[in-house]
Amino acid sequence: MLKYFAKRIVLGLVTIWFIASATFFGMHAVPGDPLAGDKAMTAQIRANLEAKYGLDQPLGTQYLIYLGNIAQGDFGISFTQENRRVNDIIREHFPISATLGILAIVFAGLGGVLWGALTALYRNRWPDVVIMFLVILGISVPSFVVAAISQWSLVGLNLATGTAVLPIGGWGTVWHMLVPALVLGLSTMAYLTRLMRSSMLEVVSTDYIRTAKAKGLPATQIFSRHQLRNAILPVVTVLGPAIAGITTGGFVVEIVFAIPGLGRYFVQAIQQLDYTVIMGTTVFYGAFLVFMVILVDLVYGFIDPRVRVEK
Amino acid sequence: MLVLHYASSSLTGAVTDVSAVDVERNSISILIREEPPQLDSSRATDAVSGMVLGHVMEGLVRMGLDGRLEGAVAEDWEVTPTTATFWLREDAKWSDGQAVTAADFIFSWQTALKPETGSEYAFLLFAVKNAEAINNGTLPPSALGVSAPNPNTLVIELERPVPFFDKMLVFPTFLPIREDFFLATEGRFGADADQLLYNGPFQITRWVHGSSMTFERNPHFWNQDEIHLDAIHVPYITSDATASLNFFKDSKIAMTGLQAENLTEAMRMGWQIRQHRDGTVFYIDFNYRDGRATDNLNLRRAIQLALDMDEMVYKVTKLPGYEPGVSLFPGWLMGEKTLLRQEYPPTKIIPNASAAKAYLQTAMQELGLSEPPTLVLLSGDNPISSVQSEWVQQSLKTTLGIAVKIDKQIFKQRLAKMTAGDFDMVLAGWGPDYNDPLTFGDLYASWNKNNRGEYNSQELDTLIETAQNQLEPAVRMRAFGDIQQHLIDNAVLLPMYERGVTYVVDPRIKQLKRRVIGPDPDWSRVYIDTGSE
Repeated sequence: MLKYFAKRIVLGLVTIWFIASATFFGMHAVPGDPLAGDKAMTAQIRANLEAKYGLDQPLGTQYLIYLGNIAQGDFGISFTQENRRVNDIIREHFPISATLGILAIVFAGLGGVLWGALTALYRNRWPDVVIMFLVILGISVPSFVVAAISQWSLVGLNLATGTAVLPIGGWGTVWHMLVPALVLGLSTMAYLTRLMRSSMLEVVSTDYIRTAKAKGLPATQIFSRHQLRNAILPVVTVLGPAIAGITTGGFVVEIVFAIPGLGRYFVQAIQQLDYTVIMGTTVFYGAFLVFMVILVDLVYGFIDPRVRVEK
Repeated sequence: MLVLHYASSSLTGAVTDVSAVDVERNSISILIREEPPQLDSSRATDAVSGMVLGHVMEGLVRMGLDGRLEGAVAEDWEVTPTTATFWLREDAKWSDGQAVTAADFIFSWQTALKPETGSEYAFLLFAVKNAEAINNGTLPPSALGVSAPNPNTLVIELERPVPFFDKMLVFPTFLPIREDFFLATEGRFGADADQLLYNGPFQITRWVHGSSMTFERNPHFWNQDEIHLDAIHVPYITSDATASLNFFKDSKIAMTGLQAENLTEAMRMGWQIRQHRDGTVFYIDFNYRDGRATDNLNLRRAIQLALDMDEMVYKVTKLPGYEPGVSLFPGWLMGEKTLLRQEYPPTKIIPNASAAKAYLQTAMQELGLSEPPTLVLLSGDNPISSVQSEWVQQSLKTTLGIAVKIDKQIFKQRLAKMTAGDFDMVLAGWGPDYNDPLTFGDLYASWNKNNRGEYNSQELDTLIETAQNQLEPAVRMRAFGDIQQHLIDNAVLLPMYERGVTYVVDPRIKQLKRRVIGPDPDWSRVYIDTGSE
């Protein structure tokens, strides 16, 4: 078991190195000039800037310097926010994205399992039809539409009641998080609902459920002990990457609700060709994703004893 | 409950009690589109940094509420062809109580010019003696032609006569920086609220990156009588226009911009809609490099007569507050006594399809073409640019049969392609740096790096030199009139529109200043009208 995870961790490090290298060369291959601004620079000012960011070195040298710095955990200084270290940007803004993301995952996970189980139990009856219709909506309507509509509805609610029922944006208390987290978790919730439903239906028709029924176990016990526990496995599998995806994919929600998360920096850095921030956030997110996948494997072992047997 | 407690205690410093106008606390809340990249005035280039710095710092001079230059840290000044002298007021203080002295300006300017600083706007200082050589690294910063005979007098030697030198000083690059404080920040100057020393009406007391800022009244500011607010809060930083409107409706912020699609709603709400032209001119730029069809005058004339900018502004983009472009020199620029546009009205181009076709025929003969050329139009990737480039494509196709290929690029790549000359036409824009027509007038000089199409005309260069070097206002303004005529006659560029913004402000707010040059919007002199008189 230990050996298995040691192997996974080494593989994970290789993956991160690959992500870092691919990002580095991909980023430099993107057309555009990271130093360009609205107004043209004199050759001297440009040379001054290139020297400052090490862009005057050959690409190979730059790559080695980057790798060396990343190995030491130093992502350098942002191109656009000239006095801020990328490490500080990640340290200050990732916890916000993570808080929002965890809440969104809680919504998505609880909602997905609950609605999925419900639709499976009421298969082809009206709760199933209604929920699955909403699920299709949740999957297909893009988050910027959902975000805008929910904010607009909140304004309407506050205006109608004459009090601030919920803040429509900004960051500070748990009240600020509720609606953005729901919006952020919505499509994952919809996806998990579908997954849970099909997985539940699959389990229902298995032999061991039939055996349990034949033994005369009460329906609630069959549901909770056998059906739910087995059906939830695929959900846990996708939950890992989903956590990484949600905590990093909040760009739209962060912009609409004015939340100072890392997602904004991630996306804007690419638009502005802010090399150090692109490298920093991508490598950080990559590492995070790798970590989550390993963690899920670990958790999997506890839920499904069969995984533990296979070495 | 636990979660609640965790959430509210772990995120300290957040503004949770936000109100557009707080009469009791004498404060207001506003939204900014993006985070200031950093507030080191020697390196700031963007509008948001300029706006914030305009509230917390003060230069030698400032733009007054009446739009005229007035003394700020300087009580009085004098500009001659060779020197500029500024007499600083004795009661100007930093936020730690120390006096603002001439040395603080000298240090700041030397810092901006040092090659290591990598300041993009260092060129604004090139009017000062030896500035360019310092920026090139050929002279040490100490060689800069500025001196302080005493702490309250700043004498500047000029490299060449600059009639509008004092007007340039409203730009953030010219703000003071105190040496001992700058050195103590160890390279993090302007990165955080406590990494800055303030000499303006407000000081930043809180700056949560990407999230919020608070400006509180600076008790050491000399001109307390003009300042009325105790605090300005920035609880939100977002570029989302709809979110901004929602915050305004929810009474969280004191001002919001309006998009065309919100106008009906704004009118229904009974808001007083205001307009402001932000000073920027947008135009089609041509490529004059060898081998480009757009180097041909008759082809450019054909395009000039084929495009109806009125149609574009009023029927296609339909953006409120925009005005069809008639000249590179926008309407707000001052001439000798009144507006430049009144003194030298530009020739209005009347679209004319048949004349355009005739010019195209001539152009095709000159270029040796049997069919109209295919042109590449470089464009930004935002929705407005997309609509405009498609309109250009459509218009040139129907009127002239010219095929236009649209090359849509992200901002940085569009700039890279402009610099490399990889286009025939490009949708470009230009905003002013200082309050003189020269900020537009020298754009097509053969030596100007921003002349990305590399237009090169001896006649135009001579006119620009006159405008640059002559001190007599009448002579200069005539030169600008001639430059304008040259640009129109030769279809050097095709002005599309002057940009406007449409916005609403909480009606209790008075003395909000929108401006073209200097911090915009300027909340520093705002007061709250409680209507109780």
